[in-house]
Amino acid sequence: MASAPQPLVEFRGVEKRYGGGTRPAVAGLDLTVAKGEFLTLLGPSGSGKTTTLMMLAGFETPTAGDIMLDGRSLAKQPPHKRNMGVVFQNYALFPHMSVSQNLAFPLSVRGMRTQDIAARVDEALALVRLDGLGHRRLDALSGGQRQRVALARALIFEPDLVLMDEPLGALDRQLREKLQAEIKRIQRALGLTIVYVTHDQSEALTLSDRIVVFADGAVQQIGSPQSIYEHPANAFVAGFVGENNGLAGTVTARDGDVCEVRLDGGEAIRATAIGNIAPGARVVTTIRPEHVGMDNGIDSYCNRLDARVDELVYHGDHSRIRATLPGGATLTICAPRGRGIEPAEALPIGWCADRCFAFPADDWVEDPLGDAQ
Amino acid sequence: MTPSISVQPGSVRATRMPRRWWTFALVAPLLLFLLASFIVPVLMMLSRAVTDHELADSWPKSAAALSRWDGEGLPDDALARTVAAEMLATRQAGTLNRVANRLNYDVVGSRTLLYLTADRMAAGAPGNSLADLVRIDPRWANRTYWSAMRHAAGPLTSYYLLASLDRRIDADGNIAAVSREQAVFVDIFLRTFKISLVVALLCTMLGYPVAYLLASLPERRANPLLILVLLPFWTSALVRTTAWVVLLQTNGVVNGLLEQAGLIDAPLQLIYNRLGVYIAMTHVLLPFFILPLYGVMKGIEPSAMRAASSLGATPLTAFLKVYLPQTMPGVAAGAIIVFTLALGYYITPALVGGGADQMISGSIAFYTNQSLNWGMAAALSLLLLIPLLLMVFAGRTMARTVPA
Ligand SMILES: Nc1ncnc2c1ncn2[C@@H]1O[C@H](COP(=O)(O)OP(=O)(O)OP(=O)(O)O)[C@@H](O)[C@H]1O
Ligand SMILES: [Mg+2]
Repeated sequence: MASAPQPLVEFRGVEKRYGGGTRPAVAGLDLTVAKGEFLTLLGPSGSGKTTTLMMLAGFETPTAGDIMLDGRSLAKQPPHKRNMGVVFQNYALFPHMSVSQNLAFPLSVRGMRTQDIAARVDEALALVRLDGLGHRRLDALSGGQRQRVALARALIFEPDLVLMDEPLGALDRQLREKLQAEIKRIQRALGLTIVYVTHDQSEALTLSDRIVVFADGAVQQIGSPQSIYEHPANAFVAGFVGENNGLAGTVTARDGDVCEVRLDGGEAIRATAIGNIAPGARVVTTIRPEHVGMDNGIDSYCNRLDARVDELVYHGDHSRIRATLPGGATLTICAPRGRGIEPAEALPIGWCADRCFAFPADDWVEDPLGDAQ
Repeated sequence: MTPSISVQPGSVRATRMPRRWWTFALVAPLLLFLLASFIVPVLMMLSRAVTDHELADSWPKSAAALSRWDGEGLPDDALARTVAAEMLATRQAGTLNRVANRLNYDVVGSRTLLYLTADRMAAGAPGNSLADLVRIDPRWANRTYWSAMRHAAGPLTSYYLLASLDRRIDADGNIAAVSREQAVFVDIFLRTFKISLVVALLCTMLGYPVAYLLASLPERRANPLLILVLLPFWTSALVRTTAWVVLLQTNGVVNGLLEQAGLIDAPLQLIYNRLGVYIAMTHVLLPFFILPLYGVMKGIEPSAMRAASSLGATPLTAFLKVYLPQTMPGVAAGAIIVFTLALGYYITPALVGGGADQMISGSIAFYTNQSLNWGMAAALSLLLLIPLLLMVFAGRTMARTVPA
């Protein structure tokens, strides 16, 4: 068996309590980051993502545990000796300097020669596609351009590790997607190791090699985007990552991984049991909109129900059906192309038990982001 | 081409114009008030620096004749006769003192000369020619008096401004230095600038760390300290200054403490000299430095300092390269405010300074309130206004080059 490569970063039982608070902002964090990896910390607001990142950058001190870089403890390393590029959520550019001066800053504090600095600054500007804007003042730049300056400044001194705290949070969707592609391109081209913080699950899914899902300062699940999306470890992850329908019910029987659930509306369905649930337990069963079939497509599915269409919601590239089950529960379903949908129409729907998970009911969050999205 | 969303410039302006007039109407009462109570009186007062009307008002015919005279040699008999006639008339009307005072500013002794001559003419001495006047007093043969009268004939004069710079126009029409014992204003001006500069520097050195402390503390703990900073604002200037007298005098608190601590044998002279002026003025003006700087420091994003250290800057480098430059607009604003306010101080130097520590505003107050020479007061004020305007201009340029 080949030994796993030495991780670049390792969190060992890290905990952070602010100002003697009783609830830790981060607790029991064990996490490794491999060299060249794009790791995303994903979680709702206040879940401890920034705290984790700031402990890694050296701006916060863990109250317990240790963080290792290349096998050495960072406990006694001040931030300016850690050689990590940090992109802050609010850019944190130097407003009294031009774009070039901002980029030159990390090089000049390292004592690099002026001619070499100029060459490197030009290279960095080209990397983030800001050629020719070096002389500009920051207030003459758009939000997206400032974001690129922040990115270039964090990369220009070739740090061991790049930390990004919701770097695209303040931008509109189109620009965000464009810069996501750019960050990914640069990461691949330079072989960067990136720890990225976001509360946007779709951003996390598109960018990451691995995702760490946080809630209330505790890690909920660590895995590839695919495993997080398709095999959520608990109801929180199922609800937070991607869109999901949650149907409350009670377990009536269990046979290995498969269990039978009586929904609160009376319908009986079969689902894959996750965790310790026995007959009689209250559960939430989840099924994603795109995994619900209809018409002839449901013949092979073990769960078949007669729903009624409430409305058709148009999303541009696709449409969603809001439907009600006989027992009164509502469901969102991906509408197939080319099939007309009428309100109040009776709709035979179904799904397969492999795609439907039953979780203990207590950690289901109906609307995990609240108003944040 | 997207004509449907192009905006007609005309329509935008049309909707904006009434709004601008509306806002103007809101400030109009204040503007009118300022104009009537402040701007117009100030301009009228300052205009006295460059106008001369005492002689023209009292002796209109002489003023006209003096203006026509070329100033070469001695005046002819016609001019001498006009002057003598109006001199006698104003003496009898009891208004001669206005011209006499005005001429006496320029040439000491003019006052007695005019009164003596007028009284002799009133007693019957003839005043029909220059020779008659010279017979009354031989000084009338001295061109200095006639030149002074010619320069005082108005309507414009450079006399007050030149006098404020210890200069005068001599009998030959050249600008010359006044006699050494009369030359005081240049010294006082230089002293005023020096004191203001030192006070601004002291405020910068003492105020910067305080503002930094206030800005870095959480609001809850900064607010009580801010009240302490503001305390001098709420104390009257007289009380504050008197308190310094109590503290700093020969047998005062500070000397007492130093003596008890065994640091000095004899009391130090801490007051009624330049040191006292510096101490008291720095104390009074310190809040004016700290407050604008505190405001600027509060606006600096703390993440910029974090960014600097993540980029490899030591705390000292981060401070010098990232923090300090961003606070410069606040430092400049505070220093300019302190400097300009200090330029106008005179109560504090008068109370805690010695004779050699008086500032130019003291002279202005003297001419305004005691000698009633408003021309001099206006000229000194005008000269003081020039560096003030320069400072304001410099402050604006600086604010434009460094973003807040
Ligand atoms: N300086 C601080 N002092 C006290 N409590 C703090 C401090 N910073 C963060 N916290 C608390 O720690 C918890 C985690 O905060 P953190 O900033 O890590 O959240 P986050 O996941 O980054 O959230 P967001 O997505 O809103 O940025 C929160 O409950 C927050 O209130
Ligand atoms: Mg955060």
